[in-house]
Amino acid sequence: MNTIKLPDLKFGTEKIKKGFAKMQKGGVIMDVTNAQQALIAENSGAIAVMALERVPADIRKDGGVARMADPLKIQEILDSVNIPVMAKVRIGHFVEAQALEALGVDMIDESEVLTPADPFYHIDKHKFTIPFVCGCRNLGEASRRIWEGAAMIRTKGEAGTGNIIEAIRHQRMVTKMIKKLQELNSNELKKLAENYSQNYVDATETLTGMKVDKDTLVFEEYTYDFIKKEILKVLNETKKIQRLPVVNFAAGGIATPADAAIMMQLGSDGVFVGSGIFKSDNPSKRAKAIVEAVANFKKPEIIAEVSKNLGNAMQGLEIESIPKDQLLQERGW
Amino acid sequence: MVRKLSIGVIGIQGAVSEHEKILQKTYDATNISGNIIIVNHKEQIKKINGLIIPGGESTTISKILVKLNIYEEILKRIKDNSLPIMGTCAGCILLANNLVENTKDVKLLNAIEMKVKRNAFGRQKESFESIINIEGFHNPYNAVFIRAPIIEKVGGKCKILSKINNKIIMTRQDKYLAMSFHPELTDDIRIHKYFLDMV
Repeated sequence: MNTIKLPDLKFGTEKIKKGFAKMQKGGVIMDVTNAQQALIAENSGAIAVMALERVPADIRKDGGVARMADPLKIQEILDSVNIPVMAKVRIGHFVEAQALEALGVDMIDESEVLTPADPFYHIDKHKFTIPFVCGCRNLGEASRRIWEGAAMIRTKGEAGTGNIIEAIRHQRMVTKMIKKLQELNSNELKKLAENYSQNYVDATETLTGMKVDKDTLVFEEYTYDFIKKEILKVLNETKKIQRLPVVNFAAGGIATPADAAIMMQLGSDGVFVGSGIFKSDNPSKRAKAIVEAVANFKKPEIIAEVSKNLGNAMQGLEIESIPKDQLLQERGW
Repeated sequence: MVRKLSIGVIGIQGAVSEHEKILQKTYDATNISGNIIIVNHKEQIKKINGLIIPGGESTTISKILVKLNIYEEILKRIKDNSLPIMGTCAGCILLANNLVENTKDVKLLNAIEMKVKRNAFGRQKESFESIINIEGFHNPYNAVFIRAPIIEKVGGKCKILSKINNKIIMTRQDKYLAMSFHPELTDDIRIHKYFLDMV
């Protein structure tokens, strides 16, 4: 048998990036702030951890600008577990992303939980070797992020609230619109792709004060015409396979095993649990229960069993009690 | 007479639907009449002619397999020598009888005499695609490695089927087939066909 020389290896291809996300399906990704929590998460059966300085509930409480975590903190977590480690960067902050790539995290979350860095653009994720996950509230946001190179989508929900209502709202908005695509003809799909591309036009017109035409570069090296075509490709693929063409997790408000399982039954491929675990009475027990609920989301008897005696869940917030300008889901477009 | 096959895919976590899809494609291309069972109950293990353990997180898959008593049921059929199994990536780890860094988080099935090293190429940025040669295949194969393990050592009747840079990435012992890459992420049905021939 021949041996392969190193230059024949292809790194960071779409297949590798999307393939990584596929390996996460059916699993729970847990927010952790130190090595000890990361070990609890791994031991509970988490498929990956999200390394943060503060969980969303604390970011919300503390206020101020939330940035990428201290790389030393992330390194500690990388060194402590075998499962993949993800970390968050601010929307549009491609240098935080470069730093995390250099550090060697397995996936980057371009996240509305942190304070956005760029008022005009999200990161061009095609330019990175490691895969990205991005939030969305609807099919438009999902299509733009997928076109920009996201290997995984998570519905945003409302992070740090322990309240599932926004997570369900966003999952329903995405799935309903995917159903709706089935009824659209090719002209209507083209029109929708144009609608979904409008944000790039608006950003460019704000920046230049001039009208955009089909050959105007509206984002990095991409013309308006090119972006419309690429977004149409995403929509056509979505219509054909009747789901998003990348892995789709739920996030933002999951606090109980039943919360996790309802997101799975509504069509999510897996869940992120942020504040829900380490802001509860018994993190290890709750973490294990949520993992089992996700793996057995269609078995009510198991959901009932694992939900017993978990102690108090995180207290949680009514969405109406949050001032509109403090809603994290409004960040990004 | 054509026998109807029933192949199980462990449906706990990871690339389950991808295996389902390529397995169906393999059935169609080879005119095999067969069905696919997504395994999440231990009873299902009794009814299948072959089993695929997909890629995913070995610790997560192992914990749930044990919890649902599916692990035990697979062990019984391994003991009876009655169940061919293919393991990809995480599945490859579970088929081994030894790990380089032993951990109580993963319960091995001890089906193949091999010692496996997890995440042997490094983290995600070291994940790659590459053309490899596989023993018995006429043409090269494009393999997808994601935080892949390698097989550090083999023993007994374990046969090496492929290597990359002198590292073992595919083995077979008797009814058991293990590889550190992901045939379910490609459109190439040759590995699934190879496995069905074993069944």
